[in-house]
Amino acid sequence: MEEKLAYTEGAEQPISMHPKKFALWLFIVSVVMIFAALTSAYIVRQSEGNWLEFDLPEIFWYSSGVILLSSLTLHWAYTSAKNDQLDQLKLALSITTLLGITFLVTQWYSWVALVDRDVYFVGNPAGSFLYVFTGLHAIHLISGVIFLIIILISSFRYKIHSQSMTVMEMGATFWHFLGGLWVYLFIFLLLNH
Amino acid sequence: MAEASITSHGAVSHGHDDHEHHDSFITKYIFSTDHKMIGKQFLVSGIFWALIGGFLSIVFRLQLGFPDMDLSFLRPIMGGWIDEAGKLDPNFYLALVTMHGTIMVFFVLTAGLSGTFSNFLIPLQIGARDMASGFMNMLSYWFFFLSSVIMFVSLFLENGPAGGGWVVYPPLSALEQAIPGSGLGMTLWLVSMTFFIVSSLLGGINYITTVINLRTKGMSFSRLPLTIWAFFLTAVIGLLSFPVLFAAALLLVFDRSFGTSFYLADIYIAGEALPNTGGSAVLYQHLFWFLGHPEVYIVLLPALGITSEVIATNARKPIFGYQAMIISLLGITVLSFVVWAHHMFVSGLNPFLGSIFMFLTLIIAVPSAVKVFNYLTTLWRGNLIFTPAMLFSIGLVSFFISGGLTGIHLGNSAIDIQLHDTYFVVAHFHLVMGSAAFFGLLAGVYHWFPKMFGRMMDARLGYIHFWLTFIGVYMVFFPMHYIGIAGFPRRYYSWTNFEFSNMYTDLNMFVSAAAIITFVAQFIFIFNFFYSMYRGRVASLNPWRSNTLEWTTPLHPKHGNWPGEIPTVYRWPYDYSKPGAKEDFIPQTIPLSSTPESNLPHEQELVKLEKEIMKEEGEVLVANEVKEK
Repeated sequence: MEEKLAYTEGAEQPISMHPKKFALWLFIVSVVMIFAALTSAYIVRQSEGNWLEFDLPEIFWYSSGVILLSSLTLHWAYTSAKNDQLDQLKLALSITTLLGITFLVTQWYSWVALVDRDVYFVGNPAGSFLYVFTGLHAIHLISGVIFLIIILISSFRYKIHSQSMTVMEMGATFWHFLGGLWVYLFIFLLLNH
Repeated sequence: MAEASITSHGAVSHGHDDHEHHDSFITKYIFSTDHKMIGKQFLVSGIFWALIGGFLSIVFRLQLGFPDMDLSFLRPIMGGWIDEAGKLDPNFYLALVTMHGTIMVFFVLTAGLSGTFSNFLIPLQIGARDMASGFMNMLSYWFFFLSSVIMFVSLFLENGPAGGGWVVYPPLSALEQAIPGSGLGMTLWLVSMTFFIVSSLLGGINYITTVINLRTKGMSFSRLPLTIWAFFLTAVIGLLSFPVLFAAALLLVFDRSFGTSFYLADIYIAGEALPNTGGSAVLYQHLFWFLGHPEVYIVLLPALGITSEVIATNARKPIFGYQAMIISLLGITVLSFVVWAHHMFVSGLNPFLGSIFMFLTLIIAVPSAVKVFNYLTTLWRGNLIFTPAMLFSIGLVSFFISGGLTGIHLGNSAIDIQLHDTYFVVAHFHLVMGSAAFFGLLAGVYHWFPKMFGRMMDARLGYIHFWLTFIGVYMVFFPMHYIGIAGFPRRYYSWTNFEFSNMYTDLNMFVSAAAIITFVAQFIFIFNFFYSMYRGRVASLNPWRSNTLEWTTPLHPKHGNWPGEIPTVYRWPYDYSKPGAKEDFIPQTIPLSSTPESNLPHEQELVKLEKEIMKEEGEVLVANEVKEK
């Protein structure tokens, strides 16, 4: 009888994806388009010459490591929530949030490193673009950290468990996306700076 | 058990049928989350903006048509922009042109058209209680409102609103010293557009999610009305292109306010070199037109969707080539992203690249021609009912043809060298995009007014409005082709300074007079709209004898749209004049099994399947009742 019930009530939603999760994916598409536009602008502009050459800050390697690590710990949080290991969930989420904040701090120091090399926001577009990429990504990452903190709070209220995973899944999708976006930007810069 | 509890939880949060809605004035009319009210909010805001945008065009048409006229009677609203001699300030002329374009393209034909009809019709026509997220939908309107307020305020600045053309190309728009219209007005323009982009994205994400996730039972993609297909693809285009405009605007903001050089290089003002080096102005054009061209289809596609629906209903015939219509919509959607550089043929673009973009541009003629062909063949030998909505739809088809033909000229990179930025371009896009989309908007208002307000608009006033507007539009834009071929550039303040353009003074006078008459004719519509809202004849439930789901709702649908169960859909929306049927229309909610007299052989096969599903449903209903007891 339960199965039949699920059938009728699901009828208003012919495909099984949660509308809010779907909306998140669409939001991700729009963010992808922003960065696609900026990175193509970078290539177009670079091909025109008069392009400042400088070394990328080494600290980007560390920040990339941090953000990849945070994706791992978030996945740990995700599986813990799925298996109802709530203590591990809290621990893993806290570590992820801290790693997220660490990433932001390392990005800040990448700006410091840029200034040390006399590469400023105002000046040759080669440098300006770098600031725009990292800055705009950081703004998105701040929203990701806020999202993580919200999940963290609800995990301390025992609102996240194997029966209630929507927020957790959305947070994980967004966070992995932001990590992937940074990796893309970093590889892009390595190849094209 | 657990699974059932989750699904029922999901259903409750989306089904509003059991909710009692005791709305206060504020939650009902202002901060409403009901898609119908939000649609009406967009519509009324759109009408407000259309009046302002239209008025601005009348002011600059006065300057163009009657250059010696004493405009001091406009001083009460224009103030210092009319000088002592009664002449319009040349800088303000540029601002007028800019604001006319911005307002019409974004605030009227994007927000007013997509915002109104996507919001109003998507849940009603797919059989949903509301949008996927009513709150996001409300935010979408209020971001639009905020953006409107900022743009409106910028009209009254001391240095005037933005004046660099609606495309706001740098370096003109990036340097405050360039023209007065690149000062605070430009800053507010950018701020306003940022909020506008946020509003469009919130709306678009909602439309796509709703169409994909919240269709009622039986409403497969192959049974969606073409309106919904059009709104859906419009939202997809917006989702992919507006972020790019955001990126372009962001870099422009940095250039303007932070001193970066994304778009600026080697500029001298009054003999002084600016510090900016290494920027590229063409880069902005690439980014801008990557949005700018799809924006044309964001404006046009909803109008085409509305036209498909109105023409099929009022020709009492199934739309000709339903699948071809969908494929051509998809074709236009894809192609809209690969043709942007045809706006840049004379920007110094590599000529080889120009030929590629020319080739891609001309391909757009194919899906467009398919659509025109299908409209005409739907009309062909139909039992035409000339409601005002039908007339406006036919008007749209007319503009789409006459404006589309000149598109083939402009799409050729060689001819574009002569025609670029002349009045030929102005004539082209005002017909094919501006007037066509505007007629789609009007057709939609006339057609769905009974559903919006439960009353009918006056048809006779509608006919007068149509004929004045239709003839007026041709009178305004047709002569512009000649002026453009003669080589006169757009955005110029005066015609009398050059020998070759002197001879067009009387033609311009004619255009301006026609524009004024057309603009005044719109007040017939405004009167009809607001008068009918309160005093119009009370509408019947399905005044146009239409098949789509919105006409199965009560006269004044509450939040949640259907008082009981959401209707199930059994057929496509275009069963008009089906051979053998009792009436000349069969709504989507009528099962195939109850119309054996008109079923086609393959539909007779579907009847068996339908009966099985209905039997299963019956069991579930009984099971539910048992459970409730």
